Amino acid sequence: MNKINKPIWFLIPYWTLFAAFVIVPVLAAVYLSFTYFNAIEAPTWRGIKNYIEMITLDAVFMQYVLPNTLKFALIVGPVGYFLSFLLAWMLAQIPKKPRTILAIILYSPSLTMGVALSSMWKIIFSSDANGYINSLLIKWGVILEPIQFLSSPQYLMPIMIIVTLWSSMGVGFLAMLAGILNIDQTLYEAAYIDGVRNRAQEIFYVTIPAMKPQMLFGAVMAVVSTFQAGSIGVALSGSNPTPEYAGQLIVNHIADYGFIRYMMGYASAVSVVLLIMVYILSKVTWKILGERE
Amino acid sequence: MSRRHRFLGTRINPKRYHPSQMPFFLFLIPFSVLMLLPILFIVNQAFKPQSELFAYPPRFFVRRPTLDNFSQLSSLISSSGVPFSRYLLNSVFVTVVGVLLAILFTGLSAYALSKLKFRSKKVLFELNTLALMFVPIAVQIPRFLIIAKLGLIDSYAAHIFPVICMPVAMFLIKQFIDQTPNELIESAKIDGASEMQIFFKIIVPIVAPAIATVGILAFQAIWNDTTTSTLYINDESKRTLAFYMSSLVSAQGNTVAGQGMAAAAGLIMFLPNLILFIFLQSKVMNTMAHSGLK
Repeated sequence: MNKINKPIWFLIPYWTLFAAFVIVPVLAAVYLSFTYFNAIEAPTWRGIKNYIEMITLDAVFMQYVLPNTLKFALIVGPVGYFLSFLLAWMLAQIPKKPRTILAIILYSPSLTMGVALSSMWKIIFSSDANGYINSLLIKWGVILEPIQFLSSPQYLMPIMIIVTLWSSMGVGFLAMLAGILNIDQTLYEAAYIDGVRNRAQEIFYVTIPAMKPQMLFGAVMAVVSTFQAGSIGVALSGSNPTPEYAGQLIVNHIADYGFIRYMMGYASAVSVVLLIMVYILSKVTWKILGERE
Repeated sequence: MSRRHRFLGTRINPKRYHPSQMPFFLFLIPFSVLMLLPILFIVNQAFKPQSELFAYPPRFFVRRPTLDNFSQLSSLISSSGVPFSRYLLNSVFVTVVGVLLAILFTGLSAYALSKLKFRSKKVLFELNTLALMFVPIAVQIPRFLIIAKLGLIDSYAAHIFPVICMPVAMFLIKQFIDQTPNELIESAKIDGASEMQIFFKIIVPIVAPAIATVGILAFQAIWNDTTTSTLYINDESKRTLAFYMSSLVSAQGNTVAGQGMAAAAGLIMFLPNLILFIFLQSKVMNTMAHSGLK
């Protein structure tokens, strides 16, 4: 009986899963990235050739996937994060009842996890005159012919960004809201006595420093959920690759090579690049926020 | 009191309405309405009869709501002969089991990392914090290979185990348990309680908000997941509702007749998430207060 009170019994369930589905997959991805592997024969070693080919031969990756991913991430990440903070900051300054209702409304799109409601976006952006956006634009005289929103390259990316931003008030937003609500009111009063004169100064000298741990948590969540949302382009356009690779993100490229072409070694190399990108972006955000002290 | 009235800076968590809050309401209310539009749209679409779905120009609001789309959806049988109810049952089963296991597994580990003494405790916590940056979608391929090696292809376990390994959840419970006073545990030990008893009888009731939060996160992760059904399950009768709904949408969503069903399907997937969150939101907010990264 006493045996099950050893720390190890508390740790085994979670950390077995952690090993099986986090540590081993990451290590396996690193190993496979140095091999040729088609999922049928055993992997054969080919050194860093996958990485070299990614840079020199994979025109789609260098021309579309990488720029698209950076564009998507650098817009959705910071804008979503800024919006989360701004909304949380405003919500903290209104009474509890309206705050709770508005917070639920703002958070609820993130519950759909983007892809779940892609059907709805397909209807809204439907390409015939019967689509909602198209029919509105025609009614207002903005356009004469319906626009092929989801299958034309110039519209797909902006729509992906809007849809992802719409659902970006997630766990990080809630954390920041809780963080602001827990700031001691006397800090503000003291700051005004010490010479803080307006709301902008207040945000930088009181609010952000007082809730920095939540700011960091929110930032990491923003980076991760941005990359995790990568399948939205495929969900919206209904095809992988997306039309003319316009909405092709690194996550789609991995699925394309891994599960459509069965070039799993090469796909793993792309995965490793993705993991490194997320890590670097998280660390950079961490640094930027961390220095504001 | 008079000093408080003159104070013009931020007043956090005000008790009642004050005219100075007007600018916030003026921004927040229109913005929230805008955010709500797509959800209102899907609700209206789901209850529209065929005639209104076909109407030109399309109307936003439903005029004669019906349950036609839902009854059509539930009587639909997938091309491989699996009825709607089977997908629903699969989803309910894996979600319930998954949520319970997620709470148990992450809770046990969080308690150990917070209150028990052993070597490598710090390393494990750092590792978990690093894993907050982990993007599961990046390692789909190795995960698939591991599931295959473990013989979990076509098993319900494949829906559960990869999904409930959630570093964020473990992190949140651990931070929450950190707030509970050690004296409580010490006095229980003096009374002869074992660590497991302390965990289940003392810690679990105290950290109920964190447990509710983890439950909600696990629920969302499992209920909405389509990748496990796509990648790990070949047996159609073991796939989940989320998968069926999304495959239905790609098959039917492009036809006008299918739009109503697609909207109904989206609503069925979305509502349980929302209802659960509304019930547990105060507990979630309570947990998030301790979410900071240092």
